[in-house]
Amino acid sequence: MDADQLIAGVTSGDRRALARALTHVEADDATGRRVLAALYPRTGRAQTVGVTGSAGAGKSTLVGAIAREERTRGRTVGIIAVDPSSPFSHGAILGDRIRMQDLTADGGVFMRSMASRGNLGGLSESAGGAIDMLDAAGFDVVLVETVGAGQDEVEVANAAGTTVLVANPGAGDDVQSMKAGLMEVAQVMVVNKADLAGADTAVAHLRALLAIAGLGTWEPPILKTVARTGEGVSELVDAIDRHQHHIHHSEHAAEERRLLAQRQVVSLARAALHREALVTAEASGLLAGLVNEVAARHRDPRSAAEALREAIRRAWAAGG
Amino acid sequence: MVTTGERPIRVLIAKPGLDGHDRGAKVVARALRDAGMEVIYTGIRQTPQMIAEAALQEDVQVVGLSILSGAHLELFPRVVEELKKRGVDDVLLFAGGIIPQEDVPAVRAIGFQGVFGPGTDTHDIIEFVKQRAPRRA
Ligand code: B12
Ligand SMILES: Nc1nc2c(ncn2[C@@H]2O[C@H](COP(=O)(O)OP(=O)(O)OP(=O)(O)O)[C@@H](O)[C@H]2O)c(=O)[nH]1
Ligand SMILES: [Mg+2]
Repeated sequence: MDADQLIAGVTSGDRRALARALTHVEADDATGRRVLAALYPRTGRAQTVGVTGSAGAGKSTLVGAIAREERTRGRTVGIIAVDPSSPFSHGAILGDRIRMQDLTADGGVFMRSMASRGNLGGLSESAGGAIDMLDAAGFDVVLVETVGAGQDEVEVANAAGTTVLVANPGAGDDVQSMKAGLMEVAQVMVVNKADLAGADTAVAHLRALLAIAGLGTWEPPILKTVARTGEGVSELVDAIDRHQHHIHHSEHAAEERRLLAQRQVVSLARAALHREALVTAEASGLLAGLVNEVAARHRDPRSAAEALREAIRRAWAAGG
Repeated sequence: MVTTGERPIRVLIAKPGLDGHDRGAKVVARALRDAGMEVIYTGIRQTPQMIAEAALQEDVQVVGLSILSGAHLELFPRVVEELKKRGVDDVLLFAGGIIPQEDVPAVRAIGFQGVFGPGTDTHDIIEFVKQRAPRRA
């Protein structure tokens, strides 16, 4: 299928064309970029929702439960689930489908697994494009599950309109260690596994952390869920709807849209600059030598990094 | 990962039917991951429809079925049929588990290019996939 066939296919609801288009988007090749550019005007209609939280918090189970709830509300659902690539082999086991098996048989749901492919922010570099593709394909809701996030994996906030942070009871220290970074990008907080002891303590922890976080015009609700049984998920979807209303239809909508657009442009530019800088660094032939010097302790890593930055800057100034 | 090299091969490893023996499937999934591939593992108890639909949505190049229950001659043709129904006609099919020698010709005849039984060295499986996986994008 060439780009034109893919564009026509995605527009007319052909699932195989959508799947193949996503492959090109993930590869970030010429076809993928053409299809994305052509379909971009059709985006902006879906609710885009990111689900993040530490490994094993129940993100996949919760995404499955949210999708089921959205289906009972008559909405179609696209899902992107990102799992980490091995830093050694670059391979990955993508296992998020295990928790959403029943949804595979539902024609109103389309789910795609992606490996992070070396990207650090909790998503893969092309996840944003994949979200746009599902949006353009006409899904009412697009859910994105990040890799099990630590503190810095906040990229999902640049890609989705609403970010849901998933925490667990009995993970008081875990919640403490989330720090402001994750807190400040989430618009809905969830204590999942509320069937386990300590859920209320976890809620209290989150509330205390929220009190010291820098908030905008939206105050994040804190909810309890049992993703395994679906308990609390209807309230969660209500909260997501309220936030989507806030960013799309309230008096704050214009400002929220501008902020999201700014985050998207900056984060994409940063990723591109990062990649180009590394390519230039390699091409300069300086990198390997500096690495060896630092490894042998003949030089400190900070001055080596500075030298590399100078070399990159000169190469770019010279137009290379 | 500094430069964009080869795209990883995407593989679906699936267990059709009620068979709960999942060790072999997991061993194969991990071996392929360690060889640099992206492996979608869907868990046990998959219907032929679920497997074909997952293969479509994930746009994998390779579909591997693992079965030890003895129901291969019943389930494999149905997976092939469901793939065909969805127009998924460009994947490499292969299988493993307990598949008696006398059944192997029938399994090959419906499109499975490789059949790997107990004791297979995972290096042979990796080589097989690397050599035969169709290219995408
Ligand atoms: C361990 C085991 C169990 C464990 C399973 C644990 C688990 N979670 O997997 C338990 C105890 C639960 C179990 C239960 C049963 N088992 Co049992 N089990 C075995 C046993 C001894 C070993 C299987 C195993 O794990 N091997 C290790 C793995 C690594 O090897 P493997 O699966 O063969 O995988 C290799 C290759 O086959 C290949 N491969 C496998 N999958 C794939 C996929 C692809 C794409 C590729 C390329 C390659 C590939 O690569 C792997 C690496 O070399 C076998 C006998 C045997 N020697 O095979 C019986 C066996 C499979 N079990 C059998 C039976 C009958 C049962 C039960 C029905 C009851 C019973 N009598 O015990 C239940 C049913 C469970 C269920 N719900 O399905 C029979 C099946 C008979 C048949 N097919 O006609 C066997 C053959 C024993 C026998 N000789 O009777 N079993
Ligand atoms: N008790 C309890 N267990 C749950 C609940 N939700 C999920 N789990 C279990 O938690 C484990 C991890 O669930 P997943 O949904 O795979 O978690 P995840 O956050 O997607 O995991 P990664 O993708 O590996 O980071 C599984 O065993 C689930 O069954 C819940 O509400 N209560
Ligand atoms: Mg998960």
